[in-house]
Amino acid sequence: MSDPKMSDPNHQSSSPAPRQVTFRGGGFAPASHRWIGVAVFAILFALAELGTRQGWISPLTLPLPSDVLGTFGELYASGLLWAHLSVSLTRLLVGAALGASLGIAVGVMIGLFSYVRAGLVPLTAALFPIPKIALLPLFVIWFGIDEGSKYALIAFGTFTPTVVATYGAVDNVDRSLIRMGQSFNLSWFSIVRKIVLPGAMPGILSGLRISLAIAIILLVAAEMLGAEYGIGAYILEAGSLYDLERLFAGVAILSLLGVAVSSVIGIVERRLLDWR
Amino acid sequence: MDIRLSGVSHSYDDFEVLRDISLEIPSGRIVCIVGPSGCGKSTLLRFIGGLEQPTQGKVLQIGTPPQDCLNPLTYIFQDFALLPWRSVRGNISLVLEDHGIRGARADAIIQDVLTRTKLSDFAKALPKQLSGGMKQRVAIARALAVNPAVMLMDEPLSALDSQTRELLMDDLISLWSRTPFTAVYVTHNLAEAVRLGHSIVVMSRRPGEIREVVHLDKPLDQRQYGDADLEEQQKYLWQLMREEARAADAELVHV
Repeated sequence: MSDPKMSDPNHQSSSPAPRQVTFRGGGFAPASHRWIGVAVFAILFALAELGTRQGWISPLTLPLPSDVLGTFGELYASGLLWAHLSVSLTRLLVGAALGASLGIAVGVMIGLFSYVRAGLVPLTAALFPIPKIALLPLFVIWFGIDEGSKYALIAFGTFTPTVVATYGAVDNVDRSLIRMGQSFNLSWFSIVRKIVLPGAMPGILSGLRISLAIAIILLVAAEMLGAEYGIGAYILEAGSLYDLERLFAGVAILSLLGVAVSSVIGIVERRLLDWR
Repeated sequence: MDIRLSGVSHSYDDFEVLRDISLEIPSGRIVCIVGPSGCGKSTLLRFIGGLEQPTQGKVLQIGTPPQDCLNPLTYIFQDFALLPWRSVRGNISLVLEDHGIRGARADAIIQDVLTRTKLSDFAKALPKQLSGGMKQRVAIARALAVNPAVMLMDEPLSALDSQTRELLMDDLISLWSRTPFTAVYVTHNLAEAVRLGHSIVVMSRRPGEIREVVHLDKPLDQRQYGDADLEEQQKYLWQLMREEARAADAELVHV
């Protein structure tokens, strides 16, 4: 090792040139790049537009995005957009509010009482995988062909995922906080209201994200029977006529609705969960 | 108010945790309980405050707590147990609300305990903004707010770094010197025990029994970091515990 000859290839010891330590701690840290999402949409639209105009996408496969936009414009100008949107939003709001509030109530009860848990968890597991669309005729008989069956379908669809998310969230509340509440002699009701519910809030809200998306999915199903107006009815009508422009216009409205719901929950999360 | 434990034993199924613990906790004194890990010292503390029930034996309160005492047996936990969604102020008012203390009366109490724990400037801060030492001081303030007859401290400084621990020990000593409180202080740290304890209960490993009770006569406010006589006591305690701790360390965890 003390060989002074520098030309010797085996000779390593006399200090080689200092090398910078390579950085390997990058990635796995999501950062917010808002505009990339918009850019992806824009590029997809541009590609579809270009493809259909130049003919390498046949007009039977995909309508011209600009035509879809035109249809949307007509819908807006004729005032029908609002007619469809207002009934759909009402159905969504009433149905989802019913389903989510019942779901949160039942989920909290399951989280708090072991008898309720023993009785209702298997029932929830049995109800969850039922395709709610299949029950629409039954709901029509039970609740009538009018709004009742539509509210019921959407409510039922949001109910089960909300229950599962809520009791999971209640289970995950830090037990040491509950122990603390007991050690200070807080009443049972105080512990539930001041410790369990706020502690379960993050889980409940992320459950709502999923439940409300399901509510939008079920909106179309609910409007299959006995609906003159509504985004779902509009889409189904366009579908049966193979009117792709209108079909896509309707679907785009549902997508926008989804984005809107998700951003509303985002706002609620930021306001309620700023302690995290 | 004194606390007396008489013949407390406990087992989970056929797994014996504590055996025949009898102990007196006199009013106005700090009793430290030390022992190897898994000897049941935290379980014992949960019995004293009524968070768990022993299979045998009794925990007795002797005498009545003072009139203005809202929660006679009050815990301070190792993990602070602060509600992360409430501010410092909100965490303290939490324990007052159930007693119907709101508004100006609550403000007065919160002001007072925050001053005593040197937290007056942080009333509006959320727990996530506070260091570990500050969080534990909030928990101490919360405990003081209910005017406890006995403070039950479960390794209160174990989650803190050693400098913060020294500072908080000084805080606890000055709190006690101003208004002596009764406390049961569970710890595995012998240095804390000799600084804060009027008497130190040394427990054996599982099933936990009292091996020896050591009394320290030196007043709390005269005890300093690194005092030779305290070091001596600490050495003695370690002698008592050493073999037990080694054996406890080699045991399998019971789950």
